[in-house]
Amino acid sequence: MDLQHYLILSLLLFFVGAVGFIIKKNVISVFLCLELMLNAANLTFVAFSRHLNQVHGQIFVFFVMVVAAAEAAVGLAITIVLFRIRNTLSVDDADTMKW
Amino acid sequence: MTDHLWLVPLIPLAGAAVNGLAGKRFSKSLISVVACGTAGISFVLALASFFDLLQFAPDQRHLLKVYFTWIASGDFVAKAEFLLDPLSAVMILIVTGVGFLIHVYSIGYMHAEDGYYRFFSYMNLFLFSMLILVLAGNFLLMFVGWEGVGLCSYLLIGYYFDRRSAGDAGKKAFIVNRIGDIGFILGIFLIFMTFSNLNFGEVFHRIAEDPQRFPAEAEMGILTAISLLLFVGATGKSAQIPLYVWLPDAMEGPTPVSALIHAATMVTAGVYMLVRCSPIFSRAPIALSVVMVIGILTALMAATIGLVQTDIKRVLAYSTVSQLGYMFVATGVGAFSAGIFHLMTHAFFKALLFLGAGSVIHAMGGEQDLMRMGGLRKNTPVTFWTMLIAALAISGIFPLAGFFSKDEILWSAWSRHHPLVWFFGFATAGLTSFYMFRLIFLAFAGEGRYPEEVRHHLHESPRSMTGPLVALGCLSIVGGLVGLPAWIGSNTFFRFLEPSLALALNPEPAEASHASELLFAGLSIAVAGAGIYFAYRMYVVNPKSAGEMAIRWKNIHRVLLRKYYVDEFYDAAIINPAMNASSDVLWKRVDAGLIDGTVNGAGRTVQNFATVLKHVQNGLIRSYATWILIGMVAMLLYIYVFLRGY
Repeated sequence: MDLQHYLILSLLLFFVGAVGFIIKKNVISVFLCLELMLNAANLTFVAFSRHLNQVHGQIFVFFVMVVAAAEAAVGLAITIVLFRIRNTLSVDDADTMKW
Repeated sequence: MTDHLWLVPLIPLAGAAVNGLAGKRFSKSLISVVACGTAGISFVLALASFFDLLQFAPDQRHLLKVYFTWIASGDFVAKAEFLLDPLSAVMILIVTGVGFLIHVYSIGYMHAEDGYYRFFSYMNLFLFSMLILVLAGNFLLMFVGWEGVGLCSYLLIGYYFDRRSAGDAGKKAFIVNRIGDIGFILGIFLIFMTFSNLNFGEVFHRIAEDPQRFPAEAEMGILTAISLLLFVGATGKSAQIPLYVWLPDAMEGPTPVSALIHAATMVTAGVYMLVRCSPIFSRAPIALSVVMVIGILTALMAATIGLVQTDIKRVLAYSTVSQLGYMFVATGVGAFSAGIFHLMTHAFFKALLFLGAGSVIHAMGGEQDLMRMGGLRKNTPVTFWTMLIAALAISGIFPLAGFFSKDEILWSAWSRHHPLVWFFGFATAGLTSFYMFRLIFLAFAGEGRYPEEVRHHLHESPRSMTGPLVALGCLSIVGGLVGLPAWIGSNTFFRFLEPSLALALNPEPAEASHASELLFAGLSIAVAGAGIYFAYRMYVVNPKSAGEMAIRWKNIHRVLLRKYYVDEFYDAAIINPAMNASSDVLWKRVDAGLIDGTVNGAGRTVQNFATVLKHVQNGLIRSYATWILIGMVAMLLYIYVFLRGY
């Protein structure tokens, strides 16, 4: 397996995540897309780690996973509160913070 | 004692600090003890320094005490240094001696005033600044004292700050003095540019030892320029034409302040400075002529205004301006020691006149109008007799102090070939005795012209006030005896001052016989006597005649009463144009139009842009994400397209 294959897969995953983040309205889906993008990045890290025969990339992946876990906890809490207050899961309904 | 010369000014400063910082909690007697005590100690120390100075041989009497380097910046070095020589010794004795007496007087005069501690704190601060001024060994330190006394003058003129006129008078004094100070500081700059030094001794020696570079100039040169600039400073501080207008208004301050600052000491600082700089001035005949002309014009003009004023303090204020004019005449004709001599005797009798006027005002319960006084001789005998002595002294009656000093000035003017100046000075002497005795007769002679309730209030002032009056009265009698003219004996005062003036080019006056000098002295006494006689005729024998004369020459009377319309002229020519330019052009156009316009315009431009751009922040996360994505793609494209080669 070539480095290129990993990178192309990573690119595709990231693209799916990014497009999903923009077009999906459901908060849960947006979350999932976010995770997808993070994991696309993780994949790149480990691919390079293997390719360059260095451990740095893998260490970074751990950091990303820790942050992602924390972010998921906070994000889901926000989602629950949003649902309780607004009775909705659409991100477009949470738009009061504007000019 | 000269080793501790620095204590002379520093002790009043300590008094000012103690009273100024903690005086609010002190009792009045403690404040008085601190203020008068420090002034008294300072006087004793000055006296000790003076006697120490006498131990030296006359040509050794130039003690420069360097304490520390105050400013050092490249070539420019200014040290904190005091110079004790005969000139500054005389000055510190006058300042501390008269100052001490006036401090004591103030205990009685100010006892009922609010801000008692503030008054004494300022007075002590004034003594400190004035002593710095006269003891300074270089121009810059002198300037510090010069500004210090200006500040104290401002603070004390505006002492009754709840009275609008007092605040205005304080500001007027301060601003007019600033105008003069511009000249003074420019003069200092020019001295530094020319000599790269500001120390008196070094600058003067440089001039005296290099006659090629600094000749006695027949025409305009660097020394003339320096002299004229310094003289501008002197006209401000010493109230000469054209900057004399602040002094009469300064009478808004408490009377002891008028006596100490605006008669005896601060206003004479200009004369002191000119005499201190005599090595420069004596080589600049044009500048000296200017000094002489300004001096004699001021003397004559102020004396004529003094003829008709009815406020007792204003009469004395114009008299002070006039006498200062005499001192400038003396320096202008090159008789520097005569100027200092008159400075000293004037300090005695004019301080006495002001303190006496204060005593009268005190007795009358605040009344200052001569037209509402009269007959006070019986009620306030000590004040009457001491003021009479002072009036005789200022009129130049033999053998009181003023006779010797004024006669010396007039004689110097004549013997140095300025007959016209002599004549005007002679006429001014007549006017002086007239207006002084007009004041005396209006206040003390005849019947009282005051309401009945004032009559019950009339009383002689307390001991603390009459004591200084008597002391100054004695000085006014004997003060002139140190400078006897040649036809009586030898002039001790002039010989004492000689070392300070050694570097001045002093053209010998024309040889004259004692007989002619005696003749001129006789003329002076005669004109003084004539002035007294006319005052007696007009205000005692026939009190109505004064009013009749005022009506007969009502145009002249009005012009004099309105002080030649000088204040009105300044208002119209300088103050109003400046105010209008400030408000119509600088405020309404430059400030409100240009500056505010620029600032507000900048703000409004940003606001307009923001009105459009703020819609980007629409609160929709998906929109933000899109923008982030677009931005990221744009950056990647940029890197890919433009930075690929690196």
